[in-house]
Amino acid sequence: MTPTRKKRLLAVVLILIGVGIASAIFLTAFKENILFYKSPSEIASGDYPKARNFRVGGMVKKGSIIKSTSSLEVKFMVTDYGKDIEIHYTGLLPDLFRDDQGVIAIGKLADSGVFMAEEILAKHDENYMPPEVAASLKDKKDYK
Amino acid sequence: MLAEIGQFTLAFSMVVSLLLTLIPLYGYYTKNDSLMLTARPLAYLQVIFMLTSFLILVALFVIQDFSVTYVWRNSNSVLPIRYRVSATWGAHEGSMLLWITIQAVWTAMVAYFSKSLKQAQIARVLSVLGIISLGFATFVFFMSNPFLRTIPMPMDGNDLNPLLQDIGLIFHPPILYMGYVGLSVPFAISIAALIGGNINETWIRWSRPWTNAAWAFLTLGIVLGSWWAYYELGWGGWWFWDPVENASFLPWLAAIALIHVQAVSERRNAFRGWTVLLAIIAFSLSVLGTFLVRSGILTSVHAFAADPTRGVFVLILLAIYAGGALFLYGLRANKLRSVGGFQLSSRETLLLANSIIFITACFMVLLGTLFPLIFESMGKKISIGPPYFGTMFFTMMVPMVVLLPLGVFYKWQKDDINRVLSQLLMPLIIATALTIASWFYFDKLNIKATLGLFAAYWVFIAAVTFIKQSKKLTRGLWGMQIAHIGVAFYLFGVSMTEHTDFEIDALMHPGEIKVVKAYSVEFKGVKKEKIENYDAFVGHFVVSEGNSQVAEMNPQKRIYPRRGNPMTEAAIDAGFTRDIYISLGEQINNQGGWAVRIYIKPFIRWMWGGGILMMLGAFFASTDRRYFRHAKKLKQQNIEAYLHS
Repeated sequence: MTPTRKKRLLAVVLILIGVGIASAIFLTAFKENILFYKSPSEIASGDYPKARNFRVGGMVKKGSIIKSTSSLEVKFMVTDYGKDIEIHYTGLLPDLFRDDQGVIAIGKLADSGVFMAEEILAKHDENYMPPEVAASLKDKKDYK
Repeated sequence: MLAEIGQFTLAFSMVVSLLLTLIPLYGYYTKNDSLMLTARPLAYLQVIFMLTSFLILVALFVIQDFSVTYVWRNSNSVLPIRYRVSATWGAHEGSMLLWITIQAVWTAMVAYFSKSLKQAQIARVLSVLGIISLGFATFVFFMSNPFLRTIPMPMDGNDLNPLLQDIGLIFHPPILYMGYVGLSVPFAISIAALIGGNINETWIRWSRPWTNAAWAFLTLGIVLGSWWAYYELGWGGWWFWDPVENASFLPWLAAIALIHVQAVSERRNAFRGWTVLLAIIAFSLSVLGTFLVRSGILTSVHAFAADPTRGVFVLILLAIYAGGALFLYGLRANKLRSVGGFQLSSRETLLLANSIIFITACFMVLLGTLFPLIFESMGKKISIGPPYFGTMFFTMMVPMVVLLPLGVFYKWQKDDINRVLSQLLMPLIIATALTIASWFYFDKLNIKATLGLFAAYWVFIAAVTFIKQSKKLTRGLWGMQIAHIGVAFYLFGVSMTEHTDFEIDALMHPGEIKVVKAYSVEFKGVKKEKIENYDAFVGHFVVSEGNSQVAEMNPQKRIYPRRGNPMTEAAIDAGFTRDIYISLGEQINNQGGWAVRIYIKPFIRWMWGGGILMMLGAFFASTDRRYFRHAKKLKQQNIEAYLHS
């Protein structure tokens, strides 16, 4: 092999190693951090990831918010106007969290059927609806 | 009446950009000098009309003309004047108008500072910039026109989103756009060179200061955005890997690769094709970012009500600009072959490695950002958690910081690795010693933080060593060292903030004390007050360390009556080595109990300080004498050529 060829071969090998490492990092990071979005109806029909975090979204059911007066615990129902799901959360709530507001909760479903949220997201703008929530509400016929 | 004038000047500037697109380019193909000469005047005319439109929109907000739909939607009669001005770019329509106005400003600056270019060159550059203006001006005029009226006129406006009623909104968007849109200049220069079929060092030398300036603005814009999110959103985070943030981060990463590759292709005839391609990628990512933000297609914590149909138009523009540019690149790529040779062990190789690392990182951020869309087309709704980006980015940056000082010390063309390593031996030893000392001093840092600190010391000491060794540094080299020291400060800040911060969410009653790290935080209670255009619950906290009081802090929970929305306004005691951050949740019970969040954020300011240094470095480098000396010479040649003709 000529020295130029050797150099080119070395470059190709280095690039392949680089691409290999990069893809390995990508795949592991990706696999561990993918979060599925599920609507209350999908959860009711058993379509949700077990034993790992996922996101659930919908509207906060009117009158369903129960706040503790001795801790930061809050319980509420999220609905897609088909099925409801009970959500428990401890911590500070977003500013726009209230009845009839679109929210997304991140957490796990407990065996009791209660969704234990680690994080609650409501949006900055009262007119904004997360695209997933809008889509899952549109799927329900009785959505006006 | 005023709104109609704004409408009119907007339409006019659209027509001017059409002329700017067609006439000089036609002149170039027909070798007609007088047609090419129209490029500069048209660029000036365009900026005059565009600025007039923009200032009229500002005026409409200031005089509160609620008959204009965009004005009543985004302001109201009690909005303080400073926010009436910034409300101009507070929502979609005005923000796009700002986009094209800044585009016109860059175009005019290119026209003004291009005396060193030949007529045929500048005609092409300005024409390409004209195409970009034309596309976006058409978008603004037909699809998001801010001058439309509502009849009958509403009595009062709807108010500006309270989150945007803040000093951050006044500065963040215009500066971010300066950077975003500024990347259209290196793009236009590359395309113009491709049209001519020849890219030489003059082109690249000429595009370097523009790339640096655009990148510097982008850096400052991102720093301001991060700082704004930190204090305004009340979550204490400074970066969320959110699609809207990534939208500005993607072109930033691509532009770093571009800046470093330009350093090679300007001096040495190598990587010319790669330089052109990176310029195309960087601006295409700016347009992609505009699409992601404006279409609201991705779930984002920063998303505001958006209309997906508008997104389609921006997507078409993206397809035209990026597609057209890549097509042209494909046609001309064979002419960009490099002739300059270099050894594997040289600065060229390291700068190439830099660009590959940054482009890979950019690609991975892009994948993470777009994956939810790909999955959605398969009927699955997913999102990618921030740890994906964190892990991936951390890993990508390891080789980057290891190689950074080597790239600085290596010589062009050919160098001996042993020579470079022997020069870097001292920095390596000092950095290692400092890391070990820090590990004990900061009480056993975790592995990521330790590596981060080592990287910060390594980059910093190498830069200082380089400055000390060199007898006389050009501005370009100074800029580089300043920016690299910025990288070191950023690394230090981010390692400390991310890995040694402390957070509690607690229910607190008046008189209660919480111990947070070295501080004790006493909650004194909450008072209701009326301030400017909102009502506020103002919390009162006293923070002390040992027996001495450190700060009195007053986080607020604001209610803006027009929209009835509550908003958290955190209180921050900023410090050189740490921030104390308190935000008020909501009232929990009628014994005065409130939900409270307390953070300690060590060295968070260093991170933004690092960003500011990077920006300063880039600006400083773009004022290097070399560019001006060279420009002066060419200008002289142009004048002589003109006189002889």
